[in-house]
Amino acid sequence: MAREDTYLEWRGHLAGLDDEALEARFWTLVNEITDPLIELARTHTSASIERSVLMRMGVDSRTCMAVVTEVDNRGLLGHGAGHVVLHCATEWGVDVRAAAARLAAGEGWETVAARWGVASDA
Amino acid sequence: MPENDELATTGQRAAHEAPPLSPDEKLDVVGLLKDIEHYRPRRKGWHWREQVPHQRIGPFEYRQTSQPLERSVPLPSAHYFGDIDPQPDCCVTTEIASGRFEDDIRRMRMAAWHGADHMMVIRTAGQSHMDGLLEGTPEGVGGIAVTRKQVRATRKALDLVEDEVGRPVNFHSYVSGVAGPEIAVMFAEEGVNGAHQDPQYNVLYRNINMYRSFVDAAVAKKVMASVGMAQIDGAHNANATAREAWKVMPELLVQHAINCAYSVAAGMPKGDICLSTVPPDAPPAPKIRLDLPYAMALRDLFKGYKMRAQQNTRYIESCGREATVTHVLDLLISRLTSADIQSTITPDEGRNVPWHYNNVHAVNTARQALVGMDGLLDIVTVDPENPELKAQVRELKERAVLFLEHMIADGGYFASVEQAYFVDSGLYPETNDDGIARKADGGVAAGTIVERADDYLAPVCHHFGANHLPEGYGDGESAEDHKPCDLIGGCTLCDGEKVPFIDELDPEDNVNVRLERTRELREKGLIKPEVEWAADGWVVVTLMLPATERVAEFAALEFGRAMNLQDCVVIHKQVLHPAEGTLIELKGRLDVTVDPATLVIPEKPEVLSPDEVRAWVTDHGLKVIGATVGSDEHSVGMQEILDIKHGGLEAFGVECYYLGTSVPIEKAIDAAIEHAADAILISTIITHGDVHRLNMQKLNDLCVEKGARDRFVLVGGGTQVTNEDALECGMDAGFGRGTKGIDVGSFIVKELRRREATGA
Repeated sequence: MAREDTYLEWRGHLAGLDDEALEARFWTLVNEITDPLIELARTHTSASIERSVLMRMGVDSRTCMAVVTEVDNRGLLGHGAGHVVLHCATEWGVDVRAAAARLAAGEGWETVAARWGVASDA
Repeated sequence: MPENDELATTGQRAAHEAPPLSPDEKLDVVGLLKDIEHYRPRRKGWHWREQVPHQRIGPFEYRQTSQPLERSVPLPSAHYFGDIDPQPDCCVTTEIASGRFEDDIRRMRMAAWHGADHMMVIRTAGQSHMDGLLEGTPEGVGGIAVTRKQVRATRKALDLVEDEVGRPVNFHSYVSGVAGPEIAVMFAEEGVNGAHQDPQYNVLYRNINMYRSFVDAAVAKKVMASVGMAQIDGAHNANATAREAWKVMPELLVQHAINCAYSVAAGMPKGDICLSTVPPDAPPAPKIRLDLPYAMALRDLFKGYKMRAQQNTRYIESCGREATVTHVLDLLISRLTSADIQSTITPDEGRNVPWHYNNVHAVNTARQALVGMDGLLDIVTVDPENPELKAQVRELKERAVLFLEHMIADGGYFASVEQAYFVDSGLYPETNDDGIARKADGGVAAGTIVERADDYLAPVCHHFGANHLPEGYGDGESAEDHKPCDLIGGCTLCDGEKVPFIDELDPEDNVNVRLERTRELREKGLIKPEVEWAADGWVVVTLMLPATERVAEFAALEFGRAMNLQDCVVIHKQVLHPAEGTLIELKGRLDVTVDPATLVIPEKPEVLSPDEVRAWVTDHGLKVIGATVGSDEHSVGMQEILDIKHGGLEAFGVECYYLGTSVPIEKAIDAAIEHAADAILISTIITHGDVHRLNMQKLNDLCVEKGARDRFVLVGGGTQVTNEDALECGMDAGFGRGTKGIDVGSFIVKELRRREATGA
């Protein structure tokens, strides 16, 4: 909706603030806006985030893609793809890279299912 | 971060390390790629210049410069000032986007020699919609495909370049798009020093789902922070996009603030967060009066953050001169306020993906202007209490606060994006209903965020958000706790040796195939013109055509074809007068190579400095006779050599007797004897029948006949005269087109010195 410049009508409540108070108000409002955004980020993940976790575990990008795609298909992203790989590595007594490689090859997913089951929407 | 200090101090040199660059040799791109799989970056994090507040350089004292470079190409005028090259206090950016990293790294080397220490590699736009990483080195369009190999090879090249120039060089690209967290990890692993990261950019300009953008961004930012990467936001794009860009200033303050606050909340220190600020206007708008209050409002509100002063591109047309003037005015604003990073946009941005030499031009525009305005605020004051300025700064802040209040009233960030709050061309609270609206459940990668479960676990360091690590495991920041990656025996951010490498995947689209196409030129050292890629052949021709604009444009294409240029395109035209003439710049490809081995290049004469010539003349005295000889009425050339106004010999204190034109050779010699001259200079422009050679020979022969040859230095000059011709005809030297007084003066002094030394 187009609107004329109402600045002079709307600024009344700001007129009494000195510069410091105005700047403080600016940042208070900004944080009020970003707080729920950062909370959303704190409590959520995505395929890219989970691939970035596997990368940090020393897994190459193609293997990351294969593993995270399957973890996502099984509805298990919320547990963490790194968690899935770590669990398998522990169960199988291999390092995390070897575990990721096996999972990427489509092997060993029964270990995953045994721990987390298969999500209803998978 | 401890792991980075370790990297920096141990600085292990391994077999994969390329030998240092030699300033006389080209960068060996093929050699650089050798053993690239074993290369590890030797340092991480951003480098700010070491500022030296009061620095004496040559004859001057500077207030806003940094440590000098070991090697550089100074500004063109520097030779008047002892070849000094003062480096401004702030980092200077150059933006590079040819699409091929193997050519970009050569350009980075050129730019570094002109003072750039922030290499911003533009990413090809299509990549931001790819959900995952690319590998190999595919060619990009209007930018690079950002891949591990490309990044690694570039960082490796920049290690060599920074050693060559003697100052760390920052490498920068983009952590945006759908794969932000992965790109951030790859950049952190590979020693990328800075990156754009701003979820609002994804939402507004790439139409990536807003939830996904913000969720990913927090993870990306925390990873960037772990290695001290500098972050640049994306707010300047509102300025580049909005219909009436000068009205988006309140919104720009809001966009900067959202990214700043979000980054701090994600764990990034304020000092690594740079606002990408653009002075929003360009002449014919009254630019400084409009943009300065905005620049001041920004710096008031964002204390503790860094300012990356971007240059205005919104109004760039194809005229390089106009773009440069706008940029200089932007630089004035930087000097009247502050800048931590001074970005430069190439003056050809309005007509090409920028070319090598325009990157260098842009860097020099910044270097020249910043150094020229050194210490400006020590003698000029921008008065924040000036009523007009103060009122404008205040108004911008209030408008931004109103913007924020209404965002909150309308439901917060996501709701306001749905309601097209952003990139509206109204001066808020005015709106023109032309902002960008995005749907919360729409866009690329909509519906792809997942809530973290109660057992969510990521066994790696520097991971943002809920992470249910076992008892005794901290976030890696406290020494008492186990690091998260102790669960897996170390992560790539703690142990660089764990980083995997994937080489080329595409058998056709890769650097080896591209380099093979230019192998012959490279190995034989053949030369072909280029502007962005090796051997691309592009050249530019400037034409002033006495024709109307449209006729001139089509005539220019015809001239281009007549010059044997292919793929001709008019890249700039400017009406000088509707009927009298049009200036045209035409580009075309020249498919010609030159083998330098076949060139006959005369030895470059060493020329004494003006001071040396002047000193010798003061001590010894020097008289010369000048004449245009034979039946030749050309006088201009000789006058330029003699006349003080043209920087001729008179300027060095030489006593000059100019006899005029069509002077008989005998008369010149008689005058020389009469005045006891030290040298006879004859000019001979006309060349038919080899008359110029005959005249020079005659001068020598007559001097010998009169027993006076040893008394005079004999110099022949003229547009067609060469030194070789003149020597053959018995002269002591010959000078052709483009000769200046100093060249002749230097020669005479050296010749007289030689005769003195040998007793000749």
